Amino acid sequence: MSRYSFLSLLRNGLNHHRRWPQAWRSPAPKPAYDVVVIGAGGHGLATAYYLAAEHGIANVAVVDKGWLGGGNTGRNTTIVRSNYLYPESAAFYDFALRLYERLSDTLNYNIMLSQRGLITLAHSRHELEAMAAWVNAMQVNGVDAEAIGTDEIRRMAPLLDCSTSARFPVLGGALQRRAGIARHDAVAWAYARAADARGVDIIQNCEVHGLIEEAGRIVGVETARGPIRAGKVVMAVAGHSSVLAAKAGFRLPVTSYALQAMVSEPVKPMLDVVLLSPATGVYVSQSDKGELVFGGGLDLYPSYGQRGNFPTVETVIAGLIEMFPGASRLRWMRQWAGITDVVHDSSPIIDRAPKPGLYINCGWGTGGFKAIPAGGFTTAHLVARDEPHPLASAFTLKRFETGAMIDEAAAAGISH
Amino acid sequence: MLLIDCPWCGPRDEIEFVCGGESHIVRPAPEVDDAAWADYMFMRTNPKGRHAERWGHVHGCGQWFSLVRDTVTHEISAVYRFDQPRPAERD
Amino acid sequence: MRRLAEGGRIDRSQLLNFYFDQRRLQGFAGDTLASALLANGVSIVGRSFKYHRPRGIMAAGPEEPNALVTLGDGALAEPNLRATDIPLQDGLYATSQNRWPSLGFDVGATADMLSRFLPAGFYYKTFMWPGWRYFEPHIRRAAGLGPAPTTVEPDPERYLRRYHHCDVLVIGAGPAGLAAARAAASAGLDVTLVERDVEPGGSLLWRGGTVDGMDADGFIAGLPPLRLLTRATAIGYYDHNAVTVLEHLPPGGPARQRLWQIRARQVVLATGAIERHLVFPNNDRPGVMLADATLHYLRRHAVACGQRAIFVTNNDTAYDAALALAEAGVEIAAVADVRRGADGDAPRRARERGLKVLDGVTALATTGRGRVSAVRIGDIGGGGGRWMEADLVALSGGWTPTVHLHRQAGGTVRWDEGALAFLPDQARQAQRSAGAAAGAVTLAQTLRGGHEAGAAAAAALGAEPSVAAPVAEGCHVAAPRALWQVALPPSAGKQFVDFQNDVTAGDIALAARENYVSVEHLKRYTTLGMATDQGKTSNLPGLAILAETTARPIPEVGTTTFRPPYVAVTMGAVAADAVGEDYQPRRRLPAHDEHVAAGALFEDFGPWPRPAAYLRPGEDLDAAARREARAARAAAVMFDATPLGKIEVFGRDAETFLERIYCTPVAGLKAGRIRYGAMLTEHGVVLDDGVLARLGPDRFLLSPSSGAALRVHRWIEEWRQGEWPDLDVRIANLTHAFACVAVAGPQARAVVARIAPALDLSPAALPHMAFADGVVAGVAARIARVSFTGEVQYEITVPASHGAALWRLVQGFDEITPIGIEAWLRLRVDKGYIHVGSDSDGTSLPGDVGFGPLVARKTGDFVGKRSLLRPDAVRPDREQLVGLVASDPAFVLPVGAQILPGQGVALPVPAIGRVTSACFSEALGHGIALGRLRGGRGRIGDTVEIYHLGRRLTAQVTALPFFDPKGERLHG
Repeated sequence: MSRYSFLSLLRNGLNHHRRWPQAWRSPAPKPAYDVVVIGAGGHGLATAYYLAAEHGIANVAVVDKGWLGGGNTGRNTTIVRSNYLYPESAAFYDFALRLYERLSDTLNYNIMLSQRGLITLAHSRHELEAMAAWVNAMQVNGVDAEAIGTDEIRRMAPLLDCSTSARFPVLGGALQRRAGIARHDAVAWAYARAADARGVDIIQNCEVHGLIEEAGRIVGVETARGPIRAGKVVMAVAGHSSVLAAKAGFRLPVTSYALQAMVSEPVKPMLDVVLLSPATGVYVSQSDKGELVFGGGLDLYPSYGQRGNFPTVETVIAGLIEMFPGASRLRWMRQWAGITDVVHDSSPIIDRAPKPGLYINCGWGTGGFKAIPAGGFTTAHLVARDEPHPLASAFTLKRFETGAMIDEAAAAGISH
Repeated sequence: MLLIDCPWCGPRDEIEFVCGGESHIVRPAPEVDDAAWADYMFMRTNPKGRHAERWGHVHGCGQWFSLVRDTVTHEISAVYRFDQPRPAERD
Repeated sequence: MRRLAEGGRIDRSQLLNFYFDQRRLQGFAGDTLASALLANGVSIVGRSFKYHRPRGIMAAGPEEPNALVTLGDGALAEPNLRATDIPLQDGLYATSQNRWPSLGFDVGATADMLSRFLPAGFYYKTFMWPGWRYFEPHIRRAAGLGPAPTTVEPDPERYLRRYHHCDVLVIGAGPAGLAAARAAASAGLDVTLVERDVEPGGSLLWRGGTVDGMDADGFIAGLPPLRLLTRATAIGYYDHNAVTVLEHLPPGGPARQRLWQIRARQVVLATGAIERHLVFPNNDRPGVMLADATLHYLRRHAVACGQRAIFVTNNDTAYDAALALAEAGVEIAAVADVRRGADGDAPRRARERGLKVLDGVTALATTGRGRVSAVRIGDIGGGGGRWMEADLVALSGGWTPTVHLHRQAGGTVRWDEGALAFLPDQARQAQRSAGAAAGAVTLAQTLRGGHEAGAAAAAALGAEPSVAAPVAEGCHVAAPRALWQVALPPSAGKQFVDFQNDVTAGDIALAARENYVSVEHLKRYTTLGMATDQGKTSNLPGLAILAETTARPIPEVGTTTFRPPYVAVTMGAVAADAVGEDYQPRRRLPAHDEHVAAGALFEDFGPWPRPAAYLRPGEDLDAAARREARAARAAAVMFDATPLGKIEVFGRDAETFLERIYCTPVAGLKAGRIRYGAMLTEHGVVLDDGVLARLGPDRFLLSPSSGAALRVHRWIEEWRQGEWPDLDVRIANLTHAFACVAVAGPQARAVVARIAPALDLSPAALPHMAFADGVVAGVAARIARVSFTGEVQYEITVPASHGAALWRLVQGFDEITPIGIEAWLRLRVDKGYIHVGSDSDGTSLPGDVGFGPLVARKTGDFVGKRSLLRPDAVRPDREQLVGLVASDPAFVLPVGAQILPGQGVALPVPAIGRVTSACFSEALGHGIALGRLRGGRGRIGDTVEIYHLGRRLTAQVTALPFFDPKGERLHG
């Protein structure tokens, strides 16, 4: 892997950048691999990278029906955070955040992690109490969290309407300073480049049509480019998990919904933190380019259509203006949607599938991006060792039978 | 922005409705084992394509009904009441 | 650049003053800001995003990448508006953007000098050491375009929304759209025609031509009746033929903009085409424009965009512009055609009229300070060439049909090698494209296509046009020739593809070299097409260059997804009236004004502003709540309980139905009596608690908690219809039809006796958990004995229209104190009554919060029952509701504090519970709290460690209730 640095940029600048190598190859698929990962999104690529880097399993292919990072990894609002209530979630997502904190160095690719802080607003005394519980739980779980007052919020987000006349006045908030945003495409590209450098074959535009089953075990995948045998197969396909599961003959506790995100036109810096308002359901940050990047709730019915619906746009933009009246005269520039894999408790599934030889990474719902490093790390562990990583041992399919849900939204008492 | 043909009210904009998820899920007797209960509670077909699902006209007549909708194109190919079977489909 | 003495669709009698960068300039009515700037000789209008290069006006429509300005100032400022879309008004105040200190001298332009070290994606390769955080603030300040808002005040201007249905919606009132709308309207259909421009006509207004022998105005005057919206841009095409249209309303109108949501049975997309530029070194110098734009400015605004022009084209259309400019007195130095021997009518005409036409050549470079002064014209292979002086370089790189809406509607496109364009192919919705949007080139083709599309839309609706297709003179057009970039080394200068984001052909080559060869990777890696123009001019040249670089055919590279909105939309217009108080309208209590008069401090609970407490002089919320709580224990209080749910369930099978809905027993409840109960979700989680009264053998009244009334109603209705349609049950939500005042306290009976003197209120006649119907102040009322406070309590329910009168009546008694929700909720803590949502959450099972014994008494099935048998539901260490008292009894434990698993344990450690409600108990004289604790019911009497925001303290676990355990007071 040719190393990226300020010096290499200078050197290549002198020859008009004619010598930069490929970030990753476009290899033809081999007939067989130790592991085939379906889905070249963040979780699939990270799984392949950690299989190679942590477990010495480099004979790995990542196959995708489209382009790497073209699904939810490239469609989210780029927020990373670990402000979770349950110990299991806190440990898992904080591990992800800690990996993120080192990721640019680890992978030698600037993912532009911007730990600018995330404030979850409280609009009523009831929400303040729920927030106190949340902040306390995070502190007890060893995750950084602060309860802050309206003055502090006004200082950090001067254009947020903190007046008492607001329809939903801001009474306080919970701040996680280590939370923030990262460049989503760069995360996919960084993992792809690093995995490729360790020998992983990333095979794009190679749709999986079916799974090859022999003697009750999954032993490979049928693809648009022919059959590929595999010792183990991992599915990391988010909103399309049910489709793949159906090919393997089982169902998942997953429903696919479109989650929209949208951006305004770019303007000079106006918001230096990430904000989330439970009352409006809107979360918003400002990208380094200057666009307000924001979203809200899911579209209202199951969907595989990667496009957004207008009623949700109306709701979200009205919510944004409620928070930032000054944004009324900014302009909405683009909307898009990703297909999220929603499960009842909004916690992931990292587990062996009901079919031997097949492993599942799904259930990220609206929050898969922030989990990518931990999702890949623990999925790689599961695949390599055939046992759940301790950080992910609660996130199995068994919980749907036992009822041991890890339902953050239900427990938090506020939406988040 | 779906236009949904409520069996009682006629075509109405989607914002008058809520979607209640997959239709034709049979609620088991409480004697079933945990796996069967989990299957009823959580496991969903979640097809990419035609999906029979329940909708409630909650900002209209208040009635619930089923429809068949393509989850990719959002084309609605059938609307039917709860006391009617899922219509046979043309392809 | 100058204004011509005659011609144009401007009103020279209306002189308008306007400001650009504080310079006062003048234009005419009918100008856009762009045409007025051109007429005033303003060459540089903005700076590009990345390299801060000086840029001039390039286009005349929504594809303009360069001429972005901030309009207005202060609270009225709006950044990033295209000068080409702004009709000139008197006093208009525009400011250029993304430059400091001035447009002419911009410090940010140093980025241009360093540009060889700042290729596409340079930031991914560096800034990792010592850390991105040291660089990010500087990058952010350099990026962005227009100024950020500076105010938290609401938008001073209004926006409206409108819903509209029609038979046929025609988008675009150019020749194709006019012909389509004319055909459909002549068939007697209800037609809506929307046009982005200030007037209909489209290219007829500047390209000219006659339709059925008439000019544009004549043709338009002859249209059959239809609804025409001008300055209205279709921005999104959604499912089931729903189209959003943003309409700009004239100054002085009811609002600034109006967003239409139009549902059409048939749609015709006559959205035209956008001219592309040519890609060659330094093609971004001010004075380099699109050829069609020069014609537009000439004919619409009587502006000659230069004095000496060179046209560079790969197709026939630029010749018309060249001829028109020549006729207007602009010297045409040459028309450089990348083709050889183009035999179309237009090139022939140009040659005949003596224009100098150069074949097989293109522009290879430009020069000039501030504005182009010369262009090097040479072989299309990049060789040779000579400098030719010109202050206007007009480019035509071919035409890109505007297929955005077609694609948004799910339609497919196909690559047409002859037209060098993606054309609409299959439609998925009831829509069809016509005119230039469908690849038509000549006016005759455009009119015919438009008419056919309108006729087809009519036919789909069973109607037939009563007019014939309009005709125009045909002409021969020669095919364009692809020339996507010039094969020159990087040292020859940057070849701009995306002007606003400064994406060059070299950037695309770099992306290809690094294997970012998907069109999506290209877009994201180079930012091609991601600027505010969303790549209207740049996307196709960009992907064509990628195809060329990677030796793939263009259709294999494909296009990026076309996403709404077609043009960026002021967010206020999307929110429309859903702002301020109307964002989520509040619901007022019938006695709201009485509460105000009584000194209420309001807090929002869901949609209701409710009195939290009634403040007396010098009191804060806590002091008032404590006084009110004392009054409840000592005398009598009145509480506005109106938001409490009131859902009637009736029918032969009502009892059977409710027995299945409640997790607590319903059967056996006698008419006139009330029970407390709870209902679960199918997950076994407590959905709500509340009382239900049996009004008669087949009639019940459910009182879900205030916040849950609507949810419970919808939820039980769904169960009734979906699961048990065989039951004879009906459900009516009457919550908002009635008002309710609760009177509680030792003297409550005395008060109620005076307002309902006919009623026997003796405990024997009306015991706790019973109700009676009576008359209060001449109005039918229901008086129910329930208790949330632990005191004797009557809830008096009257029609909502009498709610205020009832409040005034009760408030008139000396022994009565109005009590707000704060004290009301504190009183129940004395009794250990849960507040669903505070003491329970979305994981709480009935056994966790004290319903275990009641649930155990039920034998039949009920919603959620089976889930209570799962292993996690029966584990002994579930969190259970307990009482907590701080070791220092005067201290009130903070709500949200966590309970740690031992004294002095180190963090991190999993908590074993938390404080869910807490207050100072006036009855007991010390602080009390409710909390959830793992295995809590087995830990009564234990001392536990409490953690709150870094502090630790201890508390005792106690049994519940804290106060009056035998319930003597409420039964009294």
